[in-house]
Amino acid sequence: MSVIAPRVPRAALALALAGLASGCSGASVLDPAGPVAEGNRANLLSALAIMLAIVVPTLIAIIAFAWWFRAGNPRAKHRPEFVFSGRIELVVWSIPLLVILFLSGVIWIGSHRLAPEAPLGPAGRALEVQVVSLDWKWLFIYPDEGIATVDRLVVPAGRPIRFRLTSASVMNAFFVPRLGSMIYAMNGMETHLHLQADRPGRYYGQSAQFSGDGFADMHFTLQAVPPPEFARWTAEIRGTGRTLDRTSYRALAQQGHAARGLAFGRVDPGLFGAIVTQAIPPAAGPKPAPGGQQVSG
Amino acid sequence: MSVLGKLDWSAIPIDQPIPLAAGGGAIALMLAALGWVTVKGHWPYLWREWITSVDHKRIGVMYVVLALAMLVRGFIDAIMMRTHQALTVGGGSGYLPPEHFNQIFSAHGTIMIFFGAMPFMVGLMNFVVPLQLGVRDVAFPRLNSTAFWLTASGALLVNLSLVLGEFARTGWLPYAPLSERSYSPGVGVDYYLWAVQIGGVGTLMAGINIVTTIVKTRAPGMGYLRMPMFCWTALCASMLIVAAFPILTATLTMLTLDRYLGFHFFTNAAGGSPMMFVNLIWAWGHPEVYILILPAFGVFSEVIATFSGKPLFGYRSMVAATLFITVVSFMVWLHHFFTMGAGANVNAAFGIATSIIAVGTGVKIYNWLFTMYGGRLRFPTPMLWSLGFLFTFIIGGMTGVLLAVPAADFILHNSLFLVAHFHNVIVSGTVFGAIAGYTFWFPKAFGFTLDERWGKRAFWLSLAGFVIVFGALYIAGLEGMTRRLQHVAVAQWGPLLYVSVAGVAVMIAGVAAQITQLVVSIRRRDALRDDTGDPWEGRSLEWATPSPPPAFNFATLPEVGGEEPYWRIKERAIASQQERSASDYEPITMPRRSATGFVTAFFATVIGFAMVWQIWWLAALGLVCAYGAFVAFAWRDENEDTFSAEEVARIERARRGAAA
Repeated sequence: MSVIAPRVPRAALALALAGLASGCSGASVLDPAGPVAEGNRANLLSALAIMLAIVVPTLIAIIAFAWWFRAGNPRAKHRPEFVFSGRIELVVWSIPLLVILFLSGVIWIGSHRLAPEAPLGPAGRALEVQVVSLDWKWLFIYPDEGIATVDRLVVPAGRPIRFRLTSASVMNAFFVPRLGSMIYAMNGMETHLHLQADRPGRYYGQSAQFSGDGFADMHFTLQAVPPPEFARWTAEIRGTGRTLDRTSYRALAQQGHAARGLAFGRVDPGLFGAIVTQAIPPAAGPKPAPGGQQVSG
Repeated sequence: MSVLGKLDWSAIPIDQPIPLAAGGGAIALMLAALGWVTVKGHWPYLWREWITSVDHKRIGVMYVVLALAMLVRGFIDAIMMRTHQALTVGGGSGYLPPEHFNQIFSAHGTIMIFFGAMPFMVGLMNFVVPLQLGVRDVAFPRLNSTAFWLTASGALLVNLSLVLGEFARTGWLPYAPLSERSYSPGVGVDYYLWAVQIGGVGTLMAGINIVTTIVKTRAPGMGYLRMPMFCWTALCASMLIVAAFPILTATLTMLTLDRYLGFHFFTNAAGGSPMMFVNLIWAWGHPEVYILILPAFGVFSEVIATFSGKPLFGYRSMVAATLFITVVSFMVWLHHFFTMGAGANVNAAFGIATSIIAVGTGVKIYNWLFTMYGGRLRFPTPMLWSLGFLFTFIIGGMTGVLLAVPAADFILHNSLFLVAHFHNVIVSGTVFGAIAGYTFWFPKAFGFTLDERWGKRAFWLSLAGFVIVFGALYIAGLEGMTRRLQHVAVAQWGPLLYVSVAGVAVMIAGVAAQITQLVVSIRRRDALRDDTGDPWEGRSLEWATPSPPPAFNFATLPEVGGEEPYWRIKERAIASQQERSASDYEPITMPRRSATGFVTAFFATVIGFAMVWQIWWLAALGLVCAYGAFVAFAWRDENEDTFSAEEVARIERARRGAAA
């Protein structure tokens, strides 16, 4: 991902923000672990650099003007009739306009280069993962490997991943901060996202769109492993007996966290499509309780 | 179904000590206040002079009182959220279970926006606009009273959910399908819908009223380009209300139909589109942001010009920038959900449109800057709030533009960075503006200024607390922390959350100082009395009439003549008033007080409550009674009171005499 801002301010900014990133939480968006997150960060820093160029002088001017023109300063020139200047108006309209012109370039190029639906690298190389957000856990289906896991996402490092996402019930957002871009998961809809982890590691993931009582527990680990290890892992999961079909999916889709860590060695290949097209109806929500309340699960 | 619908004893949260204690405390406080009023025999006065008043100044004051109370309520929610979340770091369970935590952040947003910030802005507009225009009242005084009481009715319903049933657990904008009956079967979303719907109708009425007042009833000779800046921003904000609030009303009606009658506007099933809810709610929600901020911009324009001892710099440019913001604010709503996956072209177009709004705001900031240039700056409390705004709002605006860059928003959306951004602009924009306006116009409303020492303490403490809290949250967002988490799974976020709790403590001190300021000022009101009607050397017409202004505002309506610039109007008005002899006064007709607004709003509360609990007969009864109140109002044949010329002269002499 290329950068639009000049090199120098970007380097300075990166240094300034390195302090933030270094004490980092393992979830910092300023500590990218893949090309998409790098692109996101570059966009953020470019836009920040462009704006700081105008914001910093303005902040200084506010303090300077307020201090210099205080009533008690005899040296300040009093100009009570200075209420309009065509030249100043021209400047104050054109400075923000110019900034926005630059910024529009960053916005336009960035949103095309980093479009979530745009593939990373040549077609066919990517690993496809189907993601279903459930109340309140994540189901990851690997269609080519024929396996599925809950709240545990293992991917080969260095290989692009093509996510196809939907939701069993309410809206959620799929977000792995260190890998970059998030995207909504919605029932009856299919959204797409392409990410890649450059290096092996464990990355924190979380739903970023509030989805109900168990929302805070909708976090998961994305584990990037070397490709041979990924092959071993898929074989291992395939060896486990459980099958994910419509019946077991229905149980899985019930509210709660009981399914966390579950793995399926066989998957009904039409399952994801059936959820997206609502051939499988949306999952149920909480039950009404006395006193106008509701209970989950 | 029983005669009381879904309502029974189990609606009272006996097993939940926090809402029970909070609700009980609030009820005890209210009973104590009512008891005090009864014992002191203030009811007739309250009823005659306030509850049934149609005087725009009284209504404005009541709006601000409601707003202050709701801001405190919303702030308590915020304290609970911040402390609870900090307690859950490292596996702690905190003190709020998810079902309660989720209600609190939903109530916090709903109350702060709809019943804190909005009434504050509408209240300031109500109080100030007719005075600045040099007229006697708003265009529709009784509609004004109704609008206020409907807003109060909405606020009451939200607070009722604390002790009866529950509030929405969906966030302050109840995104479908989570807010549909299938995923939120409790009464929480219903409380939200009826409270916001009733309050929203009130806001729409207020908006129509202010637009009409400004467009149709300005003092003779006051052309649009002679209006003070605050009137311009009030006009633009009110036009936004008129254009945007029907969208909210329609959207909430559709969700209500979904929930009550099984419609499928936004459901998952049967062809409903939850994405349409998100689009519609933000088609209202983004203009709403500017409804909140534009009047504050107006306050800052008045305050900075006054305390710089100069007219506003680049007045016409400011008007143009305000109109520009008004129009563009309707074209940017999609930036609230770039992450829905609408595609690169759509995202880029909305991102660019959003950053273009910053041009208008940038122009305003430079014009305020050049208003100070060459001025003689004084720094009383309203000016401090305005400078605090200028400094911090630029940062908030900058982070807003960062969020408008779709590729950056993809990692910041719904993070604490976003939370810090919108608090940065709403607190340092709207709330600082509200407090600046409150301090600035308080002497106009009550005839004495607010204590400066406590005002300055309140400012510095609030500013420091605000910077600490949201500085920490900005960083937490960059560290990958997302919003609305009932507990946090990443221990490294802990220090940032602790810092933000420390900031909250400083803010509590700020709020306490603000309340102390009011108490101290009321006690010292004789020492703080302002007899001139113009304690700040103000620049517009409201400072040309005594404080507090008589019911009819101006004994003789000011005339704005010739080519003179708007800022000399005040001086001419004062001069012409002083020249007048008793025989120059003419009788003044003012609208008579009316209980219509209060009675209608009372029955609106009954309808809302009955609909929440599905007590159909009570809802029908409420509707009939509300309609009855309207018919009774329409039947009145005497709507006005007349002050005779002698009376006007006497009131005016007494006030001028006090000033001399």
